Amino acid sequence: MLRHTKTLSALAVGAAIFATPVALTPAFAAGGYDQVIEKVDWSFGGITGQYDKTQLRRGFQVFQNVCASCHGLSRVAFRSLSQPGGPEFTEEGVKALVAEWPHQVTAGPNDEGEMFQRQPLPTDPIVGPWKNEKEARAFNNGAYPLDLSLIARARTYSKDEPFWVQVPNMVKHIATGYEQKGHDYLYSLLIGYKEAPADFNLGEGLSYNISYPGKQIAMVQPIPEGGAVEYGEDAGAPNTMEQQSKDVVAFLAWAADPHLNTRKATGWQVMIYLLITTALLYIGKQRLWARVKKQPA
Amino acid sequence: MAGHESTYEAKSATAKWWDERLPIARMMHDQFVDFPTPRNLNYMWTFGGILMFCLVAQIVTGIVLAMHYNATEVAAFSSVDNIRRNVNYGWMIQSMHAVGASMFFVAVYLHIFRGLYYGSYKAPREILWMLGVFILLAMMAAAFMGYALPWGQMSFWGVTVITNLFSSLDAIIPGMGTAIVTWLWGGFSVTGVTLNRFFSLHYLLPFVIFGLVILHVWALHVAGQNNPTGLDVKTKGDTVPMAPYAVYKDAVALFAFLIVFAWFVFFLPDYLGHSDNFIPADPLVTPAHIVPEWYFLPFYAILRAVPDKLLGVIAMFASILILLFIPWLDTSRVRSTKYRPMYKWFFWLFVITCLALGYLGAKPAEGSYVIWAQIFTFYYFAHFLLVMPIVGILETPDKLPNSISEAVLGKKGERRDRDESFGGGLGAPAGAAAAPEKR
Repeated sequence: MLRHTKTLSALAVGAAIFATPVALTPAFAAGGYDQVIEKVDWSFGGITGQYDKTQLRRGFQVFQNVCASCHGLSRVAFRSLSQPGGPEFTEEGVKALVAEWPHQVTAGPNDEGEMFQRQPLPTDPIVGPWKNEKEARAFNNGAYPLDLSLIARARTYSKDEPFWVQVPNMVKHIATGYEQKGHDYLYSLLIGYKEAPADFNLGEGLSYNISYPGKQIAMVQPIPEGGAVEYGEDAGAPNTMEQQSKDVVAFLAWAADPHLNTRKATGWQVMIYLLITTALLYIGKQRLWARVKKQPA
Repeated sequence: MAGHESTYEAKSATAKWWDERLPIARMMHDQFVDFPTPRNLNYMWTFGGILMFCLVAQIVTGIVLAMHYNATEVAAFSSVDNIRRNVNYGWMIQSMHAVGASMFFVAVYLHIFRGLYYGSYKAPREILWMLGVFILLAMMAAAFMGYALPWGQMSFWGVTVITNLFSSLDAIIPGMGTAIVTWLWGGFSVTGVTLNRFFSLHYLLPFVIFGLVILHVWALHVAGQNNPTGLDVKTKGDTVPMAPYAVYKDAVALFAFLIVFAWFVFFLPDYLGHSDNFIPADPLVTPAHIVPEWYFLPFYAILRAVPDKLLGVIAMFASILILLFIPWLDTSRVRSTKYRPMYKWFFWLFVITCLALGYLGAKPAEGSYVIWAQIFTFYYFAHFLLVMPIVGILETPDKLPNSISEAVLGKKGERRDRDESFGGGLGAPAGAAAAPEKR
């Protein structure tokens, strides 16, 4: 049986009464246990995973041509695209990219005291098309295309599992370094657009999506069946919805966690140091204590 | 223990000069080098040192983070993001601090359960134990305020929910609770003003904890360490000097602990947090489920298990404060649960209760989850208020060994690898292990 938990915790309700009335309808706000989630074997998952540079490049291509027409990536600077551990475009490539970026940034004031629009510089954030949230909503039927900088770490899903399933899973996830729930969710969301069932009451201007909590989402399907962009011959990946969804989620994973490669590599150095030191200390301790185990100190 | 003869010798002229004016080297030598520690301590006794490490690590990483953090409503979230993205090794320091908070609680909970199992709260260690409870409270306050600082959705709503608890005092004196909440917030809702004072207090509390820790260690060095048998130290043969024996063992445990610590820092930095905290605080959007950090979940479950808001708040605070009274609630004269055949079962039931409450605290407060939370909340309190006093009277403890040395070495001095292997009945037990004459 499907369970719709639209119940906020008792205290959350109490808190909400104190706060200004909640802007969203429960259908959007509430989490559901009935989301369809497809797990992906991410290259950057687990304790040894690293980003696949070519995948990040493909993912950026999708982001640039599809997502960027509505979404910003305002916590990520263009220059980051050329830094190690990311898509690693050349600095020239990034300069060429900002020169043609479709959205300008507001700069100034100039010597006349006026603010003005200009092309972004490599040090500027990857700006979206909107000046502010109000403008974004005005152009999007009242919905707000979120900034995607941290989206990959800001999403998760939960399943209504009994504790004898949940607790072993928890142990498994800790042991295998699994932290990809948000990525799986985003991927599932991108491929989750389906025809709404006849008895489903779909809101005006919304789309039906089997992976979204509440199943109706304001974003229209961004990547169609045959893919949204044409990958080059050397991209090494097919032009399918699944592939392009995976690629763009990988790119967003990097955007949210640009130091993952260094983090995991450093992690293993630390781990090896700690394991060896612990073993040596243990041997030393055993030898030291052997003296006093036998006779009174 | 503290009264053991000082073996410190000032060797150089400088050392002598200092020793006559401020004998700090003598104190360190007597308390942390030559200090007698029971020779039968197991690895559960290493968490004190681990906790000291955790506190220092949190302070050091915290000071660095504070150099880059901006405690304002508009910039807090971005400044933490900036630390992770752009500050040199910021991703590592931020992760160490956030994971460090969780590891601090892992260690402190194990430390507390150790104390509960081996009766470390009994005479003459009541003050030592009570100082520990105050440290726990200060840690909780520091952790709660620290969690507010990234100013994500869960930060904001966690602060809103928990500070709002004080409004339940309106049920006692109308208006009092609301007035307290307004005072805590510095306004009529949670704002940047609240954030700024939380930052101030978050920076202050670790030093309060440090002060309490000094008192805790002082009290420990007066009463001496408890040990797995719960027997008092009687002869010099019952102990080994802290350095190198206990220090070496502590080092092994600390490094083993650091493996787990580093595992989370480098491979699972987000696992112990909540994904909603990567969304900037928004007073207009309530998250679907507001849950505290894992280490508060048992207390959160107790809070929600009680149908009445005021009583729920009282139950939550009482669940920690009750620990202050257990030196007198426990009527058994035997310290170590190892020799308490009946209480042993109740102890493990209590451990299960705490784990179950933690699980239930993460679940929505509905249906059978509420019922289970109520059952476990009942046992949580019953354990202290009924089991501890009654079992202590009904139970016949197992025979205690005559001394720590006997427990380790066996009665004729032959070697025993494990200290469970005594009790093979020679003579009368060494009297009451809890030193009731000192109560």
